[in-house]
Parts: sequence; structure tokens; C-alpha cells
Amino acid sequence: MSKQAQHWEKTRGLLFVTLAIWFVFSIGIFLFGAEMEASSIRPFGYPLSYYMTCQGSLGIFVILIFWFAGRQEKIDEEFGFSEREDD
Amino acid sequence: MFKGKFIDNLPKIYGTYTGGFIVFIILMAIGEQAGMSAKVIGICFVAFTVLIYALIGYLSRTIQVDAYYLAGRQVPTVFNGMATAADWMSGASFVAMAGGIYFKGYGYMALLVGWTGGYVLVASLLAPYLRKFGCYTVPDFIGTRYGGNLARLSAVIVLTVASFTYVTAQINATGTIASVALDIPFNIAVYVGLASILMCSMLGGMRAVTWTQVAQYIVLIIAYLIPVFWISNKMGAGVFPHLMLADEVARIAELESQFGLGSIKNSAADLKQVPKGLSGITKAHAEVNTTPWKFISLAVCMMAGTASLPHVMMRYFTTPSVKAARRSVGWSLFFIFLLYSSAPMLATLSKLSLMDPNLATGIIGKSISEVKAIDWYQNWNQANLMFVSDFNGNGTLELNEFFMGGKAVVLATPEIAGLPYVISGLVAAGGMAAAMSTADGLVLAISNALSHDIYYKMINPKAETAKRLLIARILLVLIGFAGATIAALEIQGILGSVIWAFDFAMSGLFFPLVLGVWWKRANAQGAVAGMLGGLAAGSAYLIAVRSGYPGFLDITQLTFGIVGSVVSLVLMIVVSLATKAPDAATQKMVDDVRVPSGKAILGRQH
Repeated sequence: MSKQAQHWEKTRGLLFVTLAIWFVFSIGIFLFGAEMEASSIRPFGYPLSYYMTCQGSLGIFVILIFWFAGRQEKIDEEFGFSEREDD
Repeated sequence: MFKGKFIDNLPKIYGTYTGGFIVFIILMAIGEQAGMSAKVIGICFVAFTVLIYALIGYLSRTIQVDAYYLAGRQVPTVFNGMATAADWMSGASFVAMAGGIYFKGYGYMALLVGWTGGYVLVASLLAPYLRKFGCYTVPDFIGTRYGGNLARLSAVIVLTVASFTYVTAQINATGTIASVALDIPFNIAVYVGLASILMCSMLGGMRAVTWTQVAQYIVLIIAYLIPVFWISNKMGAGVFPHLMLADEVARIAELESQFGLGSIKNSAADLKQVPKGLSGITKAHAEVNTTPWKFISLAVCMMAGTASLPHVMMRYFTTPSVKAARRSVGWSLFFIFLLYSSAPMLATLSKLSLMDPNLATGIIGKSISEVKAIDWYQNWNQANLMFVSDFNGNGTLELNEFFMGGKAVVLATPEIAGLPYVISGLVAAGGMAAAMSTADGLVLAISNALSHDIYYKMINPKAETAKRLLIARILLVLIGFAGATIAALEIQGILGSVIWAFDFAMSGLFFPLVLGVWWKRANAQGAVAGMLGGLAAGSAYLIAVRSGYPGFLDITQLTFGIVGSVVSLVLMIVVSLATKAPDAATQKMVDDVRVPSGKAILGRQH
């Protein structure tokens, strides 16, 4: 397998992991809105459903993107596909 | 003071600017103590900030193509994040979103999830690849990747429909704020707003828009956060509202049942008296009040729409590298998060200020005549954004007898909560910044697509630089005027039109963009079918639902993008597979896009 094909395979793998996490916090948990509301887990005292829509999921997305960017940079470096500075 | 290159001095320049703005706020506060009238303060805030943006716009003027279209591809990561956040957060986010949450509760909080979750798609599926491509505009990518003028033209059509729907809402918002702050009629204020928007973008294109957007972000975030923190502290709700309002949320639920929310309904005849566009509180504040599907479908539409809106995507074409584009998406979302996580807090504080009889500001339970005598009530009633009426004739204001416009939640709350007027002036300036920055990005996206993709790429490929940029500027002004003219008609509310824009973009562009990078087999025929078919299907569904068709699967006029994008996906796959695979050169191009190193597909000047 060529270097480029391997690079793309890893990149795709990272994409699937990223999208899986994204799916859980943007769609998955909101299938259970009522259950979250009734839950005894109450971050900072807010009902869980309310907290996730206000801050929880939003914050996770921010962290997720930085994590994704870091991982992708590692993959690019591994195969020597990083850009030179000031390209 | 600022030696060396402009880019190296950015932190210093914007640091000084922020300091200057805070000094200005303090001066205004002193002025208020010294007896400056509310009207003068409002005018000062809006005029001062708009003049600064215009000055930045003028200083960033350019006669170079890559500066005009791409800000010279040298916008640093964090600053591009700020500019994108301002580009992104429109009048709808700033002025209307807290209002939507105030009235609809959990059901509308799907917008928060959707408008942030979409950035994960932008970062992972699109932005870095489109940056590698090196295109000037989104149709530039479509046209080169798929090949052919028809694909390019289809992309321009979808872009124009979506962005134009969006921009009328923003010009409407600038008009609303300008008319309240400067005390002029709305249909004139719309053109004042337009003039300010054009001043920022006309001379310097993307370069000017970038540097004004950074300035606008600083104003809008200060203007949003100060009232939230101030009210929270004044009310004794907590020093850091985001983590400390749980008791207030619970208190609102208690008051809701005490005031009979949900059990006392207004008769149709009573509701007729209420001015158009105002609503009362009919939904519980924090309860899960919608079905999972309704919540998720709205969130999905906003996420896919985020990833397809050209004015956001083109911000990532301006970064120095692919790596920077990726990180820049993270910074964008961080800066957006600062405002979005505050919106529900503002809605909570605003509602409690009005509802709680234990607070000096509470009006529910007071006598109608007393409420009608309050200063701020009279002001906002005059602006047609507040209304009370004694439906049951008991002389006391009940929860179901108080009505407010969605915009008033953000614009009027500082006054309601008893903050000095200087804060209201600041909020007006922030709303203006939010609406202007988005309008700038949108008008530029449309005029760039028309000037670069239609004029230069299709009509006159031999045009000289000077002529291209002249055409781009003329189109900018024309589109601005068309937007303002339609905005003056006030067809749909701000939040409604913005949601439509997302659905249009998602219907026509989401799959053609994503598959362009991720599916080599996708070809021009498939893409054209996907773009036009998706847009047509989505629009047809919207029109049908608007004219009384009940729809299916609970898909409403706010989520018609689901219909459009599914049709788009199916058409794109079927038509692509039924026609010839893209040639070897195109396949090679896709391979090149997938690795960050090496030359961009399209050169700096094309």
C-alpha cells in the first residue's frame, strides 16, 4: 500500500472516531431528553437535559475539534505530509 | 508604537483597540452621571463603533486580487477564529436567540447544539481540504473539482438563494437597532445600516471584512457578557452565572406553576389585541417540552447548514496553511461558545427579573396601571415590542397578560433589570456589530461568487485585475441594495429567515461539498443533479408547508433541509453511478487535496 493510501486510511479512521463522538453528543443523548431530565446527575445543580443543551455538548465540541486537529497533525507528520512553515 | 509588519502587531493593535473601547464605555458612564440623555448615549455608541469599523475598512483598501478575495492568506489562527465567530454570530444569535430560548425553552435550545455541533463537521469533513484546494469561493471549489460551467453555475445559484435569505435578515436587524438607537423610522434605518455595511467591505473586500470582523467580535462579546454578569451579581444569583443559576432555573419552574402557566389559556379574541410579532410565555423554561425527533431534526439541519454556508467556509480560505485552518475552526467555536453558553443564562435572568414578585424589578402580580407607568415599559411599548392588557379584568398583571417581542429580551433586559442606560447603549452597539459583521460576510460571499465565478470564470476570463475588482465592488453595492429593499418589506422574522437560510444551504450544498472530498467517484452530472434537485425539493416542500400541506415525518418549515438534502444525496449517488467516472486528472486532484503538503490546486492568483 502506498504511503498516501495509508495516510488516507488513518485519516479516515480518525474521521470516524470524531464523528462517532460528535454523534453521541449532538444526537445520541437527545434521544433521551426526558430520561436526562429525570436523572439524578445534576451538573452544578442544573437538570442534565438543560445543562447539556446550554453548555455540556457545546463545550465537548470545542474540545473535540482541538483534539481532532492535534491527532490529524500527528498523522500528517507520521507520513511526512505536514506543510513546511510559510509554504 | 507599531513598528514592523501589520500582522506581527495584531495583538498590540487589537489590545489597544479593546482598551480604547473600554475607556469609551467608562466615559459614557461618566457622561450619564453628568446628565447625558439616554438618546445621546445610544447615538454615541452606535455612531462611534460604526465609524471605527469604517475607518478599518478604509485602511484595509486593496487593489490586489488575492488580498481582495483571500485577505492575502495570512490571517493568523486565533484572529481568524475571532473573525469567523463575528461572521457567524449574526443578529439572530445576538438579538434573537436568547429571545427564542426565553419563549420556547428546551425546544429552541436545539439551535445552540446545532449551531455549535456543525463546526465539528466543518473541521473534520471540509475546511482543511477546501483550504488545500486554494479556491477563492465555494463555487470555485465545486467548479474545479467537478469541472464544467454548469456545476459552477449550480453552486452559485444555491449560494445566492441561501446567502440572500440570510442577508435580508441581517440588514433587517441592523435597521431595527439603528432605528431604536438613532430614533429614525425603520425603512430609513435599513439604508443607514446598509451604508455602514458597505463602508466596511467595499474598498478592501475580504481583507477589510476580516479586520473589521475582529473588531466587531470584541465589541459584541463585551456587550453580551457584561449585562449577563452584571445582572446576575446585582440579583445576587451568583458571581459566575454560567455555573450558578441552578436555583434560579428551579425558582422559575416554581413561579410558572404558581402563576398557572399552561392551565390558563388566552382566548382567540383576547390574542387578537396583541400586536403582531409579540408573544407571551407559554412554554416551561427548562422542562423537556418537545419530542426527541423534533429536537434532533432541528439540530441536524443547523449542523449540516453550518457546514454548507459559504460565508463561513470562505473564512478558512484565508489562513496561512491547512494546519492553521483546522486549528482555526477550534478557535472559532471557542469564541462562539463564549456567547452561546451565555444566551440561556441571559434568558433565565431576564425571565426571573420580570416574574419574581420578590425582586424589585418583577412586574407579574403588580397592578396594570402601575406597570403601564414604568418608563421602560412605555419606551418598548412605543417601539411595538411590549404589550400588556387586563384580559380578566382584575386589575392585576397576570403571566398570560404580558407580551414581548423576541428582540426585546436582549435589547430591553438591561433596562428592565435596572442597569444604567450606558449598558443598553453598549448592547445596541453589540447587536449592530453582530448583524453588520454577518451581513458583510454574506454580501461579500454573494458578490465574490458572481464576480469571480460568473463574470471572470464564465463570461470574461481575460478580464484585467482592475476590471475584475471594479465589477466585484459594483456587484457588492447592488446586492446590498437589493437586500435592504427586501428587508424593508419585513416578510419573515429574523430568526425564521436565518433558519431558512441554513435549510437552503444544506439542501443544495452539503452533499456536493462533502462527497467532493470524500468520494472520488462523484462526478459533475451527479453534483449538478444533487445541487439543483436538492434545492428544488427543499424549496418545494417549504412552499407546500407554507400553503397548508401538513407535511410528513414532523418535518416543518424550519427543517425542510432534511427533505432537500436526502433528495440531493440520492440523486447525487444515482446519477454519478449511472454516468462516467471522473477522469484520471480529477481523481489525481482529489488525492492531492487529501494531503496537506504540496502546492494548492489553484494558485494564489487565478
